[in-house]
Formats: sequence, structure tokens, C-alpha cells
Amino acid sequence: MMRKNNVILQTTTKVAFFIIFLFSIHIFFAGHFAPGGGFVGGLLTTGAIVLLLLAYDLETIQATLPFNFTIVIGVGLLLALGTAAGSIFFDVPFFTHAFGHFQLPLFGDTELHTAMLFDAGVYLVVVGAAITIIQSIGGDD
Amino acid sequence: MEFVWLIFLPAVAALFVPSLFRRAAGIHTGWFVLAIPLVLFGYFSTYIPRVAGGEHAVSSFDWIPSLGISFVSYLDGLSLLFTLLITGIGSLVVLYSVFYLDRKKEKLGNFYVYLLLFMTAMLGVVQSDNVISLYLFWELTSISSFLLIGYWYTRDGSRFGALKSMMITVGGGLMMLGGFVLLGIMGDTYSIRELITRLPDYAGDPLFTLAAVLLLLGAFTKSAQFPFYIWLPDAMEAPTPVSAYLHSATMVKAGLYLVARFTPIFAGSSVWIWLVCGIGLLTLFWGSFFAVKQTDLKAILAFSTVSQLGLIMSLLGAGAIAYHTDDPLFRVAMFAAIFHLVNHAVFKGSLFMIAGIVDHETGTRDIRKLGGLMSIMPISFTVAFIGGLSMAGLPPFGGFLSKELFLESMVALKHFDLFSFGTWGVLFPVIAWIASVFTFVYSFYFVFHTFAGEKKADKLPLKPHEAPIGMLISPIILAVSVVAIFFIPNVVGSWLVAPAVAAAQPQLYSLPADAAIHVAAWHGPKSVPMWLTVGVIAIGTMLFTTMKSWRPVYALQPRNLSLNAFYDGLMSFSERGMNRLSRSFMNGIIRTYLIYMFAFLSVMTIVILFAKGAFELDMDSLSPVTLFAVLNAVVALLGAAMVILSKNRISAIIALGAVGYSVALFFVLFKAPDLALTQLVIETISVALFLLAFRHLPAMKTHGETKGNKLVNAIIAGAVGLSVTLVALSAHSNKLVASISQFYKDTVQTEAGGGNIVNVILVDYRGFDTLFEIAVLSIAGIAVLGMIKLRLAGKGSDDEKK
Repeated sequence: MMRKNNVILQTTTKVAFFIIFLFSIHIFFAGHFAPGGGFVGGLLTTGAIVLLLLAYDLETIQATLPFNFTIVIGVGLLLALGTAAGSIFFDVPFFTHAFGHFQLPLFGDTELHTAMLFDAGVYLVVVGAAITIIQSIGGDD
Repeated sequence: MEFVWLIFLPAVAALFVPSLFRRAAGIHTGWFVLAIPLVLFGYFSTYIPRVAGGEHAVSSFDWIPSLGISFVSYLDGLSLLFTLLITGIGSLVVLYSVFYLDRKKEKLGNFYVYLLLFMTAMLGVVQSDNVISLYLFWELTSISSFLLIGYWYTRDGSRFGALKSMMITVGGGLMMLGGFVLLGIMGDTYSIRELITRLPDYAGDPLFTLAAVLLLLGAFTKSAQFPFYIWLPDAMEAPTPVSAYLHSATMVKAGLYLVARFTPIFAGSSVWIWLVCGIGLLTLFWGSFFAVKQTDLKAILAFSTVSQLGLIMSLLGAGAIAYHTDDPLFRVAMFAAIFHLVNHAVFKGSLFMIAGIVDHETGTRDIRKLGGLMSIMPISFTVAFIGGLSMAGLPPFGGFLSKELFLESMVALKHFDLFSFGTWGVLFPVIAWIASVFTFVYSFYFVFHTFAGEKKADKLPLKPHEAPIGMLISPIILAVSVVAIFFIPNVVGSWLVAPAVAAAQPQLYSLPADAAIHVAAWHGPKSVPMWLTVGVIAIGTMLFTTMKSWRPVYALQPRNLSLNAFYDGLMSFSERGMNRLSRSFMNGIIRTYLIYMFAFLSVMTIVILFAKGAFELDMDSLSPVTLFAVLNAVVALLGAAMVILSKNRISAIIALGAVGYSVALFFVLFKAPDLALTQLVIETISVALFLLAFRHLPAMKTHGETKGNKLVNAIIAGAVGLSVTLVALSAHSNKLVASISQFYKDTVQTEAGGGNIVNVILVDYRGFDTLFEIAVLSIAGIAVLGMIKLRLAGKGSDDEKK
């Protein structure tokens, strides 16, 4: 990326990134009952990172977020497939989800659902794949 | 104990082989591996008395119960005999390989993984009662054989031989699968035992003969029958322990096993009897005749294996005849087949090991350079002598007994008068006899041209000496067995052979003891087979001593008229032909591919929509058109028009974004917040991505587009738009089935425990879709990474093209 010194964009990004990122997390968790979910959540996170990329450069981002995003893809796929396959250990058909209500501290009555694990896998795959693509294209000089 | 799991024991053990090879480099990995076949051999030996008493053992577990596919280990006489051969010869071969393969130079980790994988596959083939799992193991033997032939993968010959064997055996296996599926459909079961009991229900089915032929294609390709045998000589590129194990004692016998196993089902078919008998006999003759032509020790053995497999095959065919006649004369054949199968595994195993020893100690397998090794390698010579004479069918060795039985069965064939055997049956003993003469000649050729005659030490790459004792143990054990079988044939017969015969002809014998035939070396002076053997010895000796004068006859065959030339031609034709075909429409321009796809899609949709009268327009249920929607549509149209018309990329990208956002607005208008949200984010990210990739893109060019081109593009684009619109309208107007939305509404809380139907569809109702979508997304991500990284690496060197 070209050296840039866009103070306004960079300052805004510093705030906006966290807003978008937290919103994406919110949307991810809200998914089962309100609009949202792993796919949109993942995309929003990607969008936040793209914003960082536009304001700064690829090196800064790789230093700030030192993950190997191809491994994130793998972890996501494993999580999704593992959730789906986990059901066969309980002698129910592949992909049978389980859910229940639990009393959690702070949250009160909360529904926990294995679909959330699967969705987390989707989230990770979306972020991993999108950032991998962006990094490969953006980093190709 | 559920012994079905024992099938997988070698494969599980294979998981530990690579780390054993690396961690315990001081000990030859073969010593660890040896334990597996030994344990299995010991365990399965305990079944001999029970099975010989007419019992059988079954152990199973369901694999895919909804499709009727399970792993069933069914131990009767036939499968037990093969199991013991696989584990017994397997132990000896592993022991031999410990001394044959150098611990420091060879990739033993790979070798033993393949070998153990093969062992599992082979055990699975012979023990499976379910034809689908049998097929699975069958192809696994082809694959492990491919890997073992190609073990020295840097050699051209190894790769060629591996590919050839794979092409032919897997092709045959596919045919066999067709036969299995046909049988499964006709008999309504995949279990072989049930297929046998239900035989009367479907024996008259018109597809019955087709199933028989397809099954035989599988058996013939695997057991190297004419004209498919051509892969076996090329498979000799494998390390010798592999040749001894796979390509003479076990894998190539899988076809024989299959024929024996399915004899109870197909014996009534005349096509079956003619094919098995006829092809078997042709192969017997062809293999024995061309074995004499070969100059490579292992090639001689390969052709002799082809010929011996043909012999057993023809006996199996004759065995099926026993179903059509009560004459006890025909009951000999099946017994002879199984008995010879055992004998062949034993003597051919020892001969291969000797060929390996000669190769190892002299550095060559070219019989023209060998000779006079008898005094240098006395033990090897003795073993080769015993094995060779057994192969030639001479007393006092096991091969003599089964050869006599073979001749007896062939002579009996001329008394059979069904299926026009009355006319042609007389040919069988004649061809069998001629082939026996050539068998005699190549056996002597193999033994005496290697070990007798003058020494040609100066031609040998290495200074010859006797092999280390470890390498000799296995062939000696086999040679002792060859002699032992001659003296105790009826022990072997009643414990191993008769139960197998009873299993192959269950309708004829209720107890294995009924199937036993008293085997004797001396049948009295009136015995026809004995006089035939005397003739074989007389003519064979004559031909052997005059070999030099008649061998030029082999030069008569033109090179380009051989089966190998046919195979090579077929391979290069299909490679080049397919290449040309795909190049004719794959021109490397994405635009062309898009034209194919979109044109096909829209034409198919529109044609089918109207041809089937599926198009319907119901104006009543359309939603009212609001001003917002109209404005939004105008924006989208303007955006789309601008994408097409804009002269530079950046405006095209922005216009495309505008189209996307207006689509998102449509989702908002129609109250689909999830879709709107996703569309918005997607649009934002794709515009950002476009901008990122922007500077990599070349300047906008027309790429040689002409007016005609543009017109075609416009027509296709219009057709795509039209077909999508028509489908959308029809889908909305045609309510053939009730909408699924009510089901979602009813169950989303109770069954799925969620509130947002869209998301619950994604993660639960249609979770499979999502799973595959994220898999595709991952592949796409990694592919982009791969392509860009590869391109970067490719700038310096052209690694990909190597």
C-alpha cells in the first residue's frame, strides 16, 4: 500500500473499528432470535478490518492482528464440522442440535444452543477466508 | 470376540509404522510389522477345526444401515483358506523383506504402510459377505498394489507399471460393481449368503447374464486373465517381496476367489461356464507359451503366474459343471482348483523369493547372463529345484498331485454334453495337455538356465554368493511345504481344501467331509492323467533340449500387433484425444466460459419453462407497487447501465456498488432485515475488495470485442434476465405444494429453540447447505492464496511445469 497520512480517516477509524467490531459480535450473538448470525457477523468483522486496511497499510494490520488467517479458516471448519459430527456420539443423526435454558450469573435465564458453536465456526471461516483473500491480493506487490 | 475388527488390524497398525521407522531406526521396521500377520495367522488357525466340521462364523457391524451396507466378516471354508494364505504367506514375505530391503537405503516407512494396507484390503475382500464392502476392499487392493508397484517411484518402469495395473484392475472393478448392483437389485439384498438362498427368485431375470459377465470382467482383470493379463508382467517392477505376495500368492487370486464365491449363484448360466472355462484355458495356454519367450527371471514367473491362474480359472469353470450333472467325475474339478490354488501359492511364492535372491546376489535377473549358479548358491538351487518341479507337475512335489487332478477334470469335460460341450469339449484336454508341456518347458528353463550350465561370472554386475540365511528361511519353509503336501495331501485336503470346496458348492455338499476327494499319487497303470503326465515329460524334455532351435518362432509376432501395443495406443489416444477435445472449447478466456454457462442456463430454463407449460402469471397476488420501489428500481437500472457504459473501472465499480445498495434497499422495502443487512455488508466489502485489487488490474481494453460479439453478449444477458424474471414470476404464481414457511413458524421455537427463522434455517434446518458453503468459501480463500503465492514463486523458477 502507498504511504498515506490521512489523519481524519485514521482517527475516525480508531473509534469506528471498535464500534463496528463490537456491533459484529453483538449481531453474531443476537442471530438466533433477531437479525444477524455468524455469516453477517463475520462479514462485519471483515468490514471493520477492511476499514483498518484502507486507513493504514497491510503491514500495520499484520502487526496489530498477528493471526494466521488460514489457520482461522481451519479452526472454523473444524468447529462447524465438529458440532455437526458431535451428535453422532449421542446416537442421534448427524447435525442434530441440542439446546437448553440455563441460569447464568449476570445474564440470568439464557438459552444455550449448539447451533451457536456451529455459527461460531461459520463466523471464523468467513473472517478467515475473507481476510486471507484480502491479504493475498493486497499483499501482492 | 467381534473378529470383524481384525480385518482393520493391519491398517490400524500401519498408522504407527512411519513413527516406528523414524524413532526406532536401529531396528528394521519389518520386525515390528511381522507380528501383525503372525498374530492374525495364529488367531484364524484356531477356526480350522470348527470350519472343517462344517460350521461357519459370522461377525458384523453396520456401516450404513439405511442402504443395507455393513462390514460382515463371514468365515467359511473358502474365506478361511484365503485368510490363512494371506496371513501365512504374508508373514513369510515380511520376514523375507526384512533381509531383502535395506534398512538404511529404502523408505521402509512407506513400504510397510502400503503392505499393511494391502493386508487389510485383502482380508476384507475374502471375508466380506456384503458385496458393497467387498467392492470397497477390492479397489483398496488395487490402490495398495498401485502404491507398491510404484514403490521405487523414480523409475519410469515402476510408474508405468503401477498406472497400467491400476487402469486395468480398477476398470474391471468398476464393471464388477455394476454386476454387484444388478445382483443387489434383482435379489433385493447385498449379502452374498442371502443372494444364494434367494437365487430361484431371480435366476431367470434377463439381466442375470449381464451381471455374470460384469462380475467376470472384475475377476478376469484382477486375476490377469487373457486379454487383461498385460498388467501383470509390468507389475514386476515392484520389489520382489511384493511380487511374491501380491502378484502371485494373494491379490491376483482375488479374482479366483470371486469366481469360486459366486459359483453357487452363476453355475446355472452357460455363459458363465463357457467364459470361465474357455478364458481360463486360453490364458493357461497363452501364458505358458509366452513364458518361454521371456528372458527376465521375474517376467518368466509373471507369465507362469498368468498361466497357472488360467489353469485354476478353467478348473473353477469345470467346477460349475458339477451343478448340471450327477456324474462324480465332475466333482473333481472344484477340489482340484482349490488344491492347486494352495499349491501354486506355496511353490510360486518360493520361486519369486529365489528370483529375488538371485537378483540381490548377482545384480541381474537377465537369464541370458545367468548360469552355473548351482555350486555357488546350493540352497537357493535346491529351493528353486523343488519349486520348479512342483510347477512342472512332477512327483514327489505337491504340484504333481493337483496337476493330475487338473488333467483328470479336463479329460472328464469331453463327457459333458450340455451347452454344446459335446462338440467342443474334446478341445479342452488337448489344449490343457499342450499347455502342460509348455509349463514343463518354462519350469525347466527357469531352474536350469539360472543354476545349471556354464558360469558366466564375468557378465554379472556383482560377485555372486549364497544369500544370507535370513533371506533363505522363508523360501525354505515354502519348499518344505511343497514336499510335505505331496506326502500328506489328504490331511491338507480334508482340513483346508474340502471345507473350501463345500463353501464354493454349498448346494452340492452339506458337510465338508462329503467334498473331500481321496488324493493319491499312484492311480494304477490305467490312469489317463498319469499317461498324459508321462507324455508331458517326454515331449517337454524334447522341447527343452531343443529350445534354441524353435525359440525364433516368437520373433514372428509383429511388435505392433501385441496387446501391449494396443494398450499403449489406447492410452495415448485417449490422452491426446481428450486433450484436443477440451482444448477445442476451453480457450482460456473467462468471457467464453461465462457465455457457455449463461447461454446454457437461460436457454434450458426458458425452453423447459414453456415446453412443460410451467409458466404461469397470477396477477392477483402481486404486491402493490410503491413509489419507493419504483425510484429504487430506477436507481438500480441506472447503476447497471452505467456499469456497462462507463469507460473507466473506478466509475464501473462505484456504479456496481450502487446497484448492490439499491438491491439492499429492496430487501428493506420488503421487510427482510437479515437479507438487507447481509447485502449491505457484502456490497461494502466487495467494493472495498475491488478497490484493493484495482491497481493490479490492467487498463480497460476491449479484448478484441466486435459489434457481433457485443450483440451476442447482449442477447445472452437479456436471456438471463428474462429467464430469472420468468422463473421468479412463475414461482410466485404457481403454488403446487404448500409453502414451507408455516412449518418453520410452527417449529422454530419448539424444535429448533430459536426465534429468527432466517438464521435458524442457516444453522439448523439447512445446516448442510451452510456447512458446504463455508467449505467452498474456505477452498476459495485458500485457492486465491495459493494462486497468488504460486505465481510469485513461479517468477523465478518454473517448478509447476516440471
